[in-house]
This record gives sequence, C-alpha cells and structure tokens, in this order.
Amino acid sequence: MPIQVLMPALSPTMEKGNLAKWLKKEGETIKSGDVIAEIETDKATMEVEATDEGTLGKILIPEGTADVAVNTPIATILADGESAADLAKVPAAPPPKAAEAPAAEAKAEAPQPAAKAPAAPVSEARPDPEIPAGTEMVTQTIREALRDAMAEEMRRDGDVFIMGEEVAEYQGAYKVTQGLLQEFGARRVIDTPITEHGFAGVGVGAAMAGLKPIVEFMTWNFAMQAIDQIINSAAKTLYMSGGQMGCSIVFRGPNGAAARVAAQHSQDYAAWYSQIPGLKVIAPYSAADYKGLLKAAIRDPNPVIFLENEVLYGHTGEVPKLPDFIVPIGKARIARAGKDVTLVSWAMGMSYALKAADELAKEGIDAEVIDLRTIRPMDTETIINSVKKTGRAVTVEEGWQQSGVGSEVVARIMEHAFDYLDAPVTRVSGKDVPMPYAANLEKLALPSVAEVVAAAKAVSYR
Amino acid sequence: MAAPKKSVAKESGQEKAGSPPEFSKEQEFKALRDMLLIRRFEEKAGQLYGMGAIGGFCHLYIGQEAVVVGMQMALKQGDEVITGYRDHGHMLACDMEAKGVMAELTGRRGGYSRGKGGSMHMFSKEKHFYGGHGIVGAQVSLGTGLAFANHYRGNDNVSVTYFGDGAANQGQVYESFNMAELWKLPVIYVIENNRYAMGTSVSRASAQQDFSKRGASFNIPGRQVDGMDVRAVKAAADEATAWCRGGNGPMILEMQTYRYRGHSMSDPAKYRTREEVEKVRHDQDPIEQVRNRLLASGVSEQDLKAIDAEVREIVNEAADFAQHDPEPDASELYTDIYR
Repeated sequence: MPIQVLMPALSPTMEKGNLAKWLKKEGETIKSGDVIAEIETDKATMEVEATDEGTLGKILIPEGTADVAVNTPIATILADGESAADLAKVPAAPPPKAAEAPAAEAKAEAPQPAAKAPAAPVSEARPDPEIPAGTEMVTQTIREALRDAMAEEMRRDGDVFIMGEEVAEYQGAYKVTQGLLQEFGARRVIDTPITEHGFAGVGVGAAMAGLKPIVEFMTWNFAMQAIDQIINSAAKTLYMSGGQMGCSIVFRGPNGAAARVAAQHSQDYAAWYSQIPGLKVIAPYSAADYKGLLKAAIRDPNPVIFLENEVLYGHTGEVPKLPDFIVPIGKARIARAGKDVTLVSWAMGMSYALKAADELAKEGIDAEVIDLRTIRPMDTETIINSVKKTGRAVTVEEGWQQSGVGSEVVARIMEHAFDYLDAPVTRVSGKDVPMPYAANLEKLALPSVAEVVAAAKAVSYR
Repeated sequence: MAAPKKSVAKESGQEKAGSPPEFSKEQEFKALRDMLLIRRFEEKAGQLYGMGAIGGFCHLYIGQEAVVVGMQMALKQGDEVITGYRDHGHMLACDMEAKGVMAELTGRRGGYSRGKGGSMHMFSKEKHFYGGHGIVGAQVSLGTGLAFANHYRGNDNVSVTYFGDGAANQGQVYESFNMAELWKLPVIYVIENNRYAMGTSVSRASAQQDFSKRGASFNIPGRQVDGMDVRAVKAAADEATAWCRGGNGPMILEMQTYRYRGHSMSDPAKYRTREEVEKVRHDQDPIEQVRNRLLASGVSEQDLKAIDAEVREIVNEAADFAQHDPEPDASELYTDIYR
C-alpha cells in the first residue's frame, strides 16, 4: 500500500508549518535519507528527509501552502511495483493517536491536532489604558513583539546589548533575536558559550559598570545554574552598597511548561524570583504587554526578571503602532470586566482564565479577569478593588501551589478584603508533581479551563 | 607545601632567576606606608571585634598586604578592583577612607554602605572599587563583566579581579576564564594563594597546586609571584597591565602569600602549627622586608617611626569615628532596594 508522508512536528511547540518547497517531483525515485521538501516552522526552515524508499506518487500539498497542520498528509510514496492506481487505497485520515486515558478525556476542552498546550489566539478583551484611543494596531507574533522591543531600545541607547546562547548567528534558539545581529553587529549581539553561571555574572558585572545588558537564558530552567548571580549579586548589591552601585539588567527567556519536554524543562519560576526584594518580576500574556513591558524592563534601572512563554511565542496579537509604546511595570490590567467573580491570573494562566470566563458567561456568571502582568511589585490595589466588587476570587496559574504566586494573591485578598469575601478564595494551579512526559499525564498536570470553571462556580455556590 | 620562596618569579611553573627590580626610595616609602596602614587597620578591627563593636564575619588581611599594595602601584585611574570577602586591605589600597571602612565594620551610617553591607559588602564607585562579595568565586564572573564593559566601551581600563586559592576551585571561575580569553577581555585574575581555604590546605583541596597554570587550557598566561615581596608584585602587575592594555586578553597572577590570622575572627586555626605562622612572619613579613631595606639604605629609625605615627593616627581616628557615629536611621531599612 502506498506510504503517506505527514507534515512533521519539528519542535516541541510546533502546531503548523508552511510547505516552502518540494525538492522532488511526482514520479521521481526516492531513497531513504533524500531531502524531499523544505518546511518553514515558526522558528526555522527545516529539511524533510524521506524515511521510506520508492517513487513520489502524489504531492498532496503544493509548495507555498501556509499553515499546514502537523500530521496532515503532504505526499504519498509508492513502493516498488505500485502505480498511481494504488493511490486510491490510501486512507483518508492520518494514523490514529493512542487513546487518551479517561481522566484526561473528561477534562479535554477541545479536540487538538496533537497533544499540545492550549493554543487559542491571545484575545484582547478590553482596550488597554496605556494605548490611546484611535491608535493603529498591527498584528504581530509575540516573538516579533519581543524582537521589536529589544531593537527599539538598542537603537535608543548604545549601552543596551544582548548576550546569551545562540542569540546572534543562530538568530535565537526560539528566533526571538532574529535580525538583531544583522542590525547591531557582533559587538552588541553576543553569542556566549554554554555557561549560564558565568555569563550571568559577566552580565551583572557589566551592569555594575553602567552598561544595560539583556541576558537571554535559553530557558529559565537553565538559569538555576545562574541563580546565585541573579539573587546574591544583581538583586542585593544596591542595598549592600548603600545605594551606590545598582544594576540595570534584564534577564529574559522562556519560562514554564512548553509542550512534552518533561520535568527538567517545564517549570514556572515566577514564585521563586517574586520572593526576592531588589528584583522586579514580569510575566506578560498579550503581545502588546510583551512589547511594552520589555521596553519598560530594559529602561528600568533595577534588575528585572522577564518571564516569557515558549508556547505563546508564535501566537499573534494586536500591538499598538506607536513610536515608543511603554507599559508601566507594576500595573495589572483588567482583561475582561465582570461583576460576579474575580479571576486573577498572569502569563499562560490567562489562556485558561479567559476561556473559563467565556464558559461561565454561558451559565450566567459574569467573571472579571485580571491579568497581573507584573508579579513583583504586585498591583494589589487592582485585585482588591475587583474583589470588593465581586466578593469572590479564583487564582489561575500553571505553577505549583505551595508558596506560589496564587498563594500570595490569596493572602493579600485575605489581609485587605476579608470582610468583602462571600466565599474562601480558591487556587487553580499546576499539580504538585514534576512535569510528566506522557501527553495525557502532562495535560493532567496542568490546570484546565474545566478546573477554572468548576472553581469559579464553587466560590459562587453554584 | 613549602613556604613561599623569596624573590621568585615563575613563568607557568618554570623558574626564572633574579630579584625583582629595585624600588626607588619614594616607592619604598609609599609601599611601607600603605602596607602599614592595612596592618594597623586590621589589628584595630580585630580589637574592635573582640570588644563586640564589630559583629558577624570579619576576615583580616594581615600578612597579605604586599599583594594589594604592589598591584595598586601598577594601576591607573579608572582601573577597576573587585574581590571577595577578605576585602579591607583592597579598599584601603584603593584609597578609600579608613573612617568609612571602619564605620561600615561597626554598622554605622558613615560607613561606605551606610551600615547596610558590613565587612564583606563595601563598594566605592568613586574609587572604582566594585566590592566586597560574600559568595566565594562570584566576584570572578563579575570582574570579568567589568572587563567586558571596558572592552565594550573601547577604553584601556583593566579589571583587577582578586580571589583566593579556595575560590579558584569554583566552576564559574573557569567559565569566566573561557569567556575572558575568547573575547580578549582586559582582566587580571589575581589568585591570592594564602595556602588555606578556611581550614583546608591547598594540598588537600587542589589537584593542580600551581595556580598560575589554572588558565592553561584556555591559553591564559600565568605567573607565580612572591606575594610577600611588594616589588615582585609590582613587577608582575606591570607586566600584566601592559598585557591587558595591549589587547591581549586576560592574565593570571598567582600571588604566593600567607595570612597570619585565622580565616575569620572565630577561627582557632588548628589546621596549622604556630611554628609555621611564626616562621613566615619572621622570614618573609612583607612590611619588615621594606623596613629592612630602607634601614639598610640609610633611612633613620626616626623617619620610619614618623610613618608609623601617621598611620596610627589615621587608624585611631577611624576607630573613634566608627564607635561614635550613629547607627543608620530606622528609615534606612527600606531604602536602596530599588532605584
């Protein structure tokens, strides 16, 4: 029977790709290892090699097709002795996936092409007060918004530079620094050896001398090698020097769970860094916030932890077309106004919170969704004002519960709005386990929209 | 391990014969005065610690004075200095005021960090002294970063990054060596080998005891220097600063030195004999070496006593200030966290 060639997944977070080019024509002989096509992912152009031998029977997806979902059949290969007439035997659908465990099925939100983290486009539910009315908006991926933020700040200030692994010639491990080397040169876009502890310290030293480094960690998981320099050197020096010597530095990179990369590469560090006086901690969700807050972080004279999300890099959102768009650090945003229950979230947690709010609306519960955006300093006022109005609150995060950011939000609500509460505040969070690899277990370990809906209904006694 | 040899400069472990270049009389006087200031200051700090006026950890530099004084004599305005927690000598050598350093030791508002840093955490932007770091080895990456900034700005300043034989075994030291040589950063790594990392002798902790070779796999040149002879230190520093300013990248200087006191004030120093300490003091004391040379050259005891008196006055004034200056205002608790 003819063999189907499927659109391959070429990165942990790839959901679709562009079929850039066919390198073999229909009827050509194919040997195992031959490059048959080029696929553009959101990160790079990759070559697809044949794993089977035979003749290229039919090209199902012509070159130049954009947004081809992973696992879509793109061509068929005829084995020896087969002819075009055999093409009819090819099954219409890709091979079935392994059946999911029942528990995961019960909480499944929507069918997904492959087991991936939630992938809905970032919604901009309410106008942001930082954006003047009538501002033209451009649609950008978060990856582009980050790149533009850095490029704008590097144009503005010659003391700003970026260093990290693969940030220059490779154009960024996640393509976030694409084009920066070409525009700013090797003096300001610096590839480091794989040496997190060392280059974090070099960055802090350069910042003590007055430069404004952006230190990219390929992921925050690797920054645990460097955490001493971040906390003991970057965060504390201003205080220990009696205000003489501070450090204007941004540490940035993807944080939290990506998809199917298991325990050592899927951890949320928001709570870790948010405990440290001297650090500011930012964890945005929308494309506009990614841009405006990264620009603010680069200009901030203090060390800033900028937590990104790999899953969101390829997502698009509306970014204001302004010459200098800055979102102030330390201000939450009401992403959706409501009166019945407050959902407090940030970063990837917002994807659950916003969808849950839609679900709750169908059941007549009007949820207000607060996007904290900055974890430290935390905008307590916005949270408290909302809770005073709704009397109920749920926190939503992908991180762990114990000593988590959600716990901190709950404590502040209890301290400042206890008398306004009609129900105990509830936390929806990542489960208290290292991140498992298996698709079904990974899904169980993360929060779900269903859990947020259930929690919101519980605090509403519904 | 043998006691540090006198007047020996080794190139990557290979001995080179000969004494270091002689100092002029002016240089001898300056070296004597600066080393004496550190010695007397540290003795006073030890006293104040005993009286309870200084708290916490307090690591004295007595015995190692020739290292910082000799290095400083080769530096120019703008060169940065950074070190670990045994930092009082470095600060005084950088011309930071004894009063401000002592008042920081006593936790007073007139201290360099307004009382919020203490012995291990002091800085002076004005004097290009970047700390004062309490985490063993952290200053090596930071000092490499200072050199990075010099390189980025295209100036000819050199970062002088001090650390001990103990810190030399930390991983980030080698991460820094790699980047410094890769990017040809102007940094002098001064390894102050005082033979004990707290209570662990070099031979018990280090597979390669010749610290000048620690950069060998990165192609960083190294020199072993008699760190008890201020002239040898100065000569090595001259070579290293010229190397760095010439755009050749980093250089390692292993200073063979010795601390007379314990690791910190609470260290009974049971890991070495009293005789060992006495022998170094007697044979190699960096201050006595200069004093003896000056006397041999015809300088009178009287002239030397005048220096002693000047230094004692500075130290006494500092101690007096440090005990009478008020503690920081309570409002200081919440300042300098962000700017």
